[in-house]
Amino acid sequence: MFPSALDYRAPTSLDEALDLLTQHGDDAKVLAGGQSLVPLLKLRLAAPGLVVDIGRIGGLDGVGTQPGGLHIGARTTHADIERAPGLRRTCALLADTAPLVSDPLVRNMGTVGGSVCHADPAGDWASVMLALNAQFTLRSKRGERTVAAADFFQGPFTTALAPDELMTAIRIPLPSGPASGTYLKLERKVGDFATVGVAVQLELDDGHIARAGIGLTAVGATNLQATAAEQALAGQAPSDDAFAHAARLAAEAAEPKDDIRGSVDYKRDVVRVYVQRGLRRALAQAREGRA
Amino acid sequence: MNITVTINGQQRSGEAEGRTLLVDFIRNTLRLTGTHIGCDTSNCGACTVLMDGKPVKSCTLLAAQAEGRTLRTVEGLAEGATLHAVQEGFHQEHGLQCGFCTPGMMLVAAALLERNPNPTDEEIRWAISGNLCRCTGYMNIVKAIRHAAESTAAAASVPVAGTPVAAAAPAGGS
Repeated sequence: MFPSALDYRAPTSLDEALDLLTQHGDDAKVLAGGQSLVPLLKLRLAAPGLVVDIGRIGGLDGVGTQPGGLHIGARTTHADIERAPGLRRTCALLADTAPLVSDPLVRNMGTVGGSVCHADPAGDWASVMLALNAQFTLRSKRGERTVAAADFFQGPFTTALAPDELMTAIRIPLPSGPASGTYLKLERKVGDFATVGVAVQLELDDGHIARAGIGLTAVGATNLQATAAEQALAGQAPSDDAFAHAARLAAEAAEPKDDIRGSVDYKRDVVRVYVQRGLRRALAQAREGRA
Repeated sequence: MNITVTINGQQRSGEAEGRTLLVDFIRNTLRLTGTHIGCDTSNCGACTVLMDGKPVKSCTLLAAQAEGRTLRTVEGLAEGATLHAVQEGFHQEHGLQCGFCTPGMMLVAAALLERNPNPTDEEIRWAISGNLCRCTGYMNIVKAIRHAAESTAAAASVPVAGTPVAAAAPAGGS
C-alpha cells in the first residue's frame, strides 16, 4: 500500500514550518520520524493534503541538562535517548524506556515528541511523561505555551495540540534529592505494542516519599496517571505494605479491554504486579544514588 | 519532485511523488531490487537499508525523507568480487534458507559491527530483533554475524600478531 496523493514540504526553519501549519490547519500533518504517521498514511487512516516534514529544521533534537531538570528536543529519536551519555544516572526512567520502544530500526527514525503527539494510548512515552510531570513546549505563530503532561492527553490520538502548533521541546523537572524510576513493559514480542506498560518515578526526601509518579500504558483511552496511588504514597515512609496498597489502587484505576493480548482481569493484575515491582526497583535505585 | 541520494557510493537522482515510499523509489526508480518488500507494515525488516549508516525500514519512510542522504543497500556490501565479511559469514554458517530476509539481516549486521566490532550473542540478538526470518530459527544468523566479527578481528590483527582486538564499544540496547 502507498499513501493517498499528498503535497510534501520540508521547511528548513521553524518559522517556515509554523507558517505552513497556520495556512493549512487541519489539512496538514507534521512528520518527524514518520514511524507512526507513514503507516497511518499507507493504511489511509490519515489522508492529509499536506505533510510537513520537520526533519530538516535545526535545533529540535538532543538531550541536555538545564537548571532543575532535562531539556529534550521534541525530534530526538528513541535511539538518541537510548544512547544519551549519562542518562541512566540522571533519569533512569527515560533510559529504561527507550530500548523498549518498538524495535531498533524504528527507534533510529521515530521521535519522542512524535510519539507523544501521536498519543496512541498503547504508546510508551506518554506514561513516562505523566510519571515525570513533564512539561511540553508548544509553538505556533501565535506564540509559545507550556502544557503539563497531565493536561495534554485528552483521548485516544487526541491531545491539547492545536492544528497550528508544533511541539518543540519536552522539559523534565528533576529534584535535587534522591530519586529514581523505571519502566516495565509486557509485550508479546519486540516491536509489538505493550500488553501493559508501567512507568514509575519515586522522589525521596529525608527517607520519606516526597512524590511518586505512576503512568499506565495500554490500559485506558489515554495513558493514565494513577493519581490515587500517587497520593497514597506521598509523605509515606517507603515500605512493602505501602507499595502493595498503591499497586492495588493503580490496578483499580486501570481500564483495560479484553483483546488478543489478554483479558481485563489479567491486564489489571499485571498493572498491580508491575507497579509494586517498579516501586521496589525505583526505591533501591534511589537509595543507591542512581537517578 | 526530483530526489537525489548517494546510494552505494554513487549519486543517483529520480522523479518521485510526495507519497512515494523509499522502498519503491529504490526498487522501481533506481532499479536496485535487492531491497525487498515483505510485510509492508514496519514489522518484518525485509526492506531494511542503511541511511547515514543507521538501519531503517524503507517501507516506512517517504522517498523525500532521504533527499540528500547517504544510503546503502545490499548491492553495496560486496566490493567487486570480494564479499563483505557479513556476506561471507552468512555463506559459511548457512545463515539463510529462502533468502528473503537476508539483505535486511546483513545490513543490520554490518551496521552493528561498525558500531560494536565484537558483539556478544545477546547484543547480536537485540540488533536483529526488528528483522523477522521465517526459515532459520535465527541460530545460524547469529552464528553468521559472529563469524563476520571474528573474521574481521582476525584480519585486523594479522599485521601485529598477538595484539588484542580493540575493546567493543558500549552496546546500545538494554
